[in-house]
Amino acid sequence: MVENRPWLNLLAHAVLIAGVILVAFPLWITFVASTLRYDEIITVPMPLVPGDQLIENYAQVLTAGSQKGSSAPVGTMLVNSFVMAMGVALGKIAISIISAFAIVYFRFPMRNLFFWMIFVTLMLPIEVRIIPTFKVAADLHLLDSYAGLILPIIASATATFLFRQFFLTIPDELTEAARIDGAGPLRFFWDVVLPLSKTSMAALFVILFILGWNEYLWPLLITSQESMYTVVIGIKRMISGGDATTEWNLVMATAMLALMPPALVVVLMQKWFVRGLVETEK
Amino acid sequence: MEKRVVFRSAWLPYVLVAPQIAITIVFFFWPAAQAVYYAFLVQDPFGNSTEFVWFQNFQELFRDSHYLESFKITAIFSALVAFSGLAISLFLAVMADRVVRGALAYKTLLIWPYAVAPAIAGVLWAFIFAPSIGIATYFLRRFGIEWNWLIQGDQAMALIVIAATWKQISYNFLFFLAGLQSIPRSLLEAAAIDGARPWRRFWTIQFPLLSPTAFFLLVINIVYAFFGTFGVVDATTQGGPAGSTQILVYKVYNDGVKAADLGGSAAQSVVLMAIVIALTVAQFKFVERKVQY
Repeated sequence: MVENRPWLNLLAHAVLIAGVILVAFPLWITFVASTLRYDEIITVPMPLVPGDQLIENYAQVLTAGSQKGSSAPVGTMLVNSFVMAMGVALGKIAISIISAFAIVYFRFPMRNLFFWMIFVTLMLPIEVRIIPTFKVAADLHLLDSYAGLILPIIASATATFLFRQFFLTIPDELTEAARIDGAGPLRFFWDVVLPLSKTSMAALFVILFILGWNEYLWPLLITSQESMYTVVIGIKRMISGGDATTEWNLVMATAMLALMPPALVVVLMQKWFVRGLVETEK
Repeated sequence: MEKRVVFRSAWLPYVLVAPQIAITIVFFFWPAAQAVYYAFLVQDPFGNSTEFVWFQNFQELFRDSHYLESFKITAIFSALVAFSGLAISLFLAVMADRVVRGALAYKTLLIWPYAVAPAIAGVLWAFIFAPSIGIATYFLRRFGIEWNWLIQGDQAMALIVIAATWKQISYNFLFFLAGLQSIPRSLLEAAAIDGARPWRRFWTIQFPLLSPTAFFLLVINIVYAFFGTFGVVDATTQGGPAGSTQILVYKVYNDGVKAADLGGSAAQSVVLMAIVIALTVAQFKFVERKVQY
């Protein structure tokens, strides 16, 4: 610290605590609401301490959903979200790492073309091409399937760039040594490049898992059966309109279940998360 | 930058890039080309006949007062989200940069909202501000403010701005904090010895040195407000009341999926693509400049 200013340190702590409270307030309200009975939650103002319905509410949404809104069980949705998030994260890492390897370690005709084709996808977020993408998915019979949820968002320019940047920092001496020892490109990839890329992969995984879990527009378009809803989509269908007809306690229990997995990933893998965030934006 | 040592194979590199290129063509280029193509077509409501109409869809689009209104709404929305998000997170980051004890705990407690889906953030805040039972609504009413975002357009806008900003603060905070921590301490110490107080040090040293980070975050936040907030809007106001929160992305979805106006929606998609390209170029231009800074 540059100098000792006790009042300023105090102010800093006060501001940070206020910030933490501001950020955590919705979470607390959500948690409290998820433990209340229906008649408790519609009293104004609602209680600010947890009720005794924690287990009942969570058990109900997991197995039976809400009775007034959508009655799809949230347990299935969580499975769908998990499959989608894992599929998106692992799929993006897998196809990006091999294409980056090809682009960095080979000279071949059309190499630059491929590189630019991948680069340009940065400029085509799914939001700007929803209807044609939906048509393509429908033509390929991908509606209401895991493949349909995962495949169209699996191509990632950022992951490819991240791996490309990283491969460029791997010393050429390693490649030379591997070649002198008689290793072909696949052997080199498997025994040298992959182990070296572990940290980059872990950092990317955290970011991509969160993105996959939280993807909204695409599952909204491509799923029509309740059994294929992801939890982020499902929760909206539980809100049936007016305050009086929505079982907010159950909606809030679902919200807790929907936000806990990615939030835990961020908190428990904080180091990888920060690294992944900073690296993917470079 | 290129590798000096490379492998040789006539087929292997093609096999390795094939999965990504295949997905890129099928799910990116083909649909994007279709969006551009549809933008020049008019289809009758039953899908029986289509007609090539050149720029008619675009002309109609820019004559449509709803679309121009949506542009204005998006501009206001992204300005509010970007400004409040950047201001709050910069303030928190400056404070966190000062704190030694408990720094990691504060950081952990501030970054988790990044993991919350925009739609879930929308649901959380919609409940807090729910017209009849919301806890915030209750306190506002006690201060004499009648709060009902289902009826009041500006309150609906406030709701989606709050939800979208709340989710984005953690991201901005992390980047601002990293930026602040990379400023050499010796600069601040030298200024302190010369008698500059914290306030002055912030404006003359830290803030100018943070400007590349701030500009980068500004672009990211605008992109987020344009495209990343679809879930917030869909889970709360759905563009209402009376279109007062219908941001451009939501209008593309609404016109294309719900109203089945293929040509009009595609023309809007093309306009959006142009905006993304402009923003991406701005971002990369800036990255180059950061190196020289």
